Amino acid sequence: MAKKYELNEVEVWDGNMAAAQALRQAQVDVVAAYPITPSTPIVQNYSQFLADGYVDGDFIMVESEHSAMSGCVAASASGARAATATSSQGFALMVEVLYQASGMRLPIVLTVVNRALAAPLNVNGDHSDMYLGRDAGWINLCSYNPQEAYDLTLMAFKIGEDLDVRLPVMVHQDGFLCSHTAQNVKPLQDEVAIEFVGEYKPVNTMLDVSNPVTHGVQTEEDWHFEHKARQHNDLMNSPKVIKRVFEEFKALTGREYDFVYKYKMDDAEVAIFALGTTVESAEVAADRMREKGIKAGVVSLRVLRPFPFEQIQEALSGIKALAVMDRSAPGGTLGAMFNELSAAMLAKGESPIMLNYIYGLGGRDTTIDHLTEIFAQLDECAKAGERKYPLQQFIGLRGPKLSFY
Amino acid sequence: MLEIRWHSRAGQGAVTGAKGLADVVANTGKFVQAFAFYGSAKRGAAMTAYNRVDDTPILNHEKFMRPDYVLVIDPGLAYTADITANEKEDTKYIITTHLSKEELVEAIPKLKGKEVYVVDCMQISLDTIGRAIPNTPMLGALMKVSGMFDLEYFQNAMKKVLSKFPQKIIDANMAAIERAYNEVK
Repeated sequence: MAKKYELNEVEVWDGNMAAAQALRQAQVDVVAAYPITPSTPIVQNYSQFLADGYVDGDFIMVESEHSAMSGCVAASASGARAATATSSQGFALMVEVLYQASGMRLPIVLTVVNRALAAPLNVNGDHSDMYLGRDAGWINLCSYNPQEAYDLTLMAFKIGEDLDVRLPVMVHQDGFLCSHTAQNVKPLQDEVAIEFVGEYKPVNTMLDVSNPVTHGVQTEEDWHFEHKARQHNDLMNSPKVIKRVFEEFKALTGREYDFVYKYKMDDAEVAIFALGTTVESAEVAADRMREKGIKAGVVSLRVLRPFPFEQIQEALSGIKALAVMDRSAPGGTLGAMFNELSAAMLAKGESPIMLNYIYGLGGRDTTIDHLTEIFAQLDECAKAGERKYPLQQFIGLRGPKLSFY
Repeated sequence: MLEIRWHSRAGQGAVTGAKGLADVVANTGKFVQAFAFYGSAKRGAAMTAYNRVDDTPILNHEKFMRPDYVLVIDPGLAYTADITANEKEDTKYIITTHLSKEELVEAIPKLKGKEVYVVDCMQISLDTIGRAIPNTPMLGALMKVSGMFDLEYFQNAMKKVLSKFPQKIIDANMAAIERAYNEVK
């Protein structure tokens, strides 16, 4: 029996400690991990908890991230609750196995501390790894601060393991800006968290010898499509469970989560869409614009996958101009979030004037001044009733301005 | 919002110092942020750490800061790092040095006319803790200069933050905090 960890009502934790504490309280059976900056302290803290007697499960140091996720897949298929953490290059090496985990319907939890992808090598934050995994069939939850990284990691187990879902879940947090930034966090006491997460009820476990099953089988054109369609169907239906878990968490803690996050959108005429810590910085910028009489708001996703298509349509309804910020090199097109939000508004048949901003690559600072400048550009477009700037701009970049389309 | 920038070398404890300060301040019901930038730099490399303190939740995640206090815990960095970057008119500097304030300002002309305080955190930590870990003495000096908390309250709060360490180390840190509190000029 693991020891109870003494927790204060308010702790000062960075995002890594917050995620590690949530993994500890989720009573994970197997953590297989290969630490990588900036998520290293998640695994480091967790192994310290284990060494100090606060964890009953197993911790397996493996030789690569590919093996880390493979270890989680094996453990999960065997009937264990499994989780790990990674970032960037490690995430990239895991990608093959991410698809295996979702295809095999294994509710593994992966805490992702978002970091740039090489080359050039860079340990700082951006969303390249998040975008790399977005089609892998996982549920993706997004946090903007350490409290949310903690809350969402606890909820991830309850969502993914629900028998109507049975899918793996990623919880994203920004490298350094969240992972290494200590802030006030209100944790649940151990017994409350354990009760909330509940017991894992595995399905078709490999080690159930009286009921032999095969995992990770081959299906060619006869059945592959049906498997993938069923998987997509269950991912698309997971919002029912996600909503229920959000409601249960609110009842327990008072902290409210929804598929789409909105700040001062009720009367907003211009809005910034971003992910990660930038969401909160944009709120500071929106307040500054409101002092100048500009009705500014902020929109983000709490659930990146499954994409909350209707809720985002509703959130953006009626605004005049929207900046979609993408923190990943777009690789020869518009930013991925820009494209997804454009599709949502096209389907709705009413689109604000939309601009795409590429920002913050490799940890480049995004300041409140950058964000107020974006709001000012949006305001100019809204007042003119037309787009006055290139469709895609790079902000915070040294040298001549770079823009496309 | 109160904003603090630390100039340190990786390994001197600026991150621990910033987090320790955040812990103490959070216990008073305020909202805090403590963060640092060190990239993949190794022990001994120049780095910066930061604190924000406010009465409401801190939403600002920009690295950019116009600090109210600049804490320099490595004597050499007062010369080589851009310690006056993004300063305000009333930014206060607390600098680790064996020099007097006049000697230091003479040697670093950009500090002329600024509100500068000096304290020898290196010597204090060597004398008390036995190692060059100048972070806790700097916090003692900050308490004196800022008036944030009185000495006794701060020492008691830091005892809780350091509670996982052996008593000998806690006592040494308390002595370091007290000396810096009394010696900062």
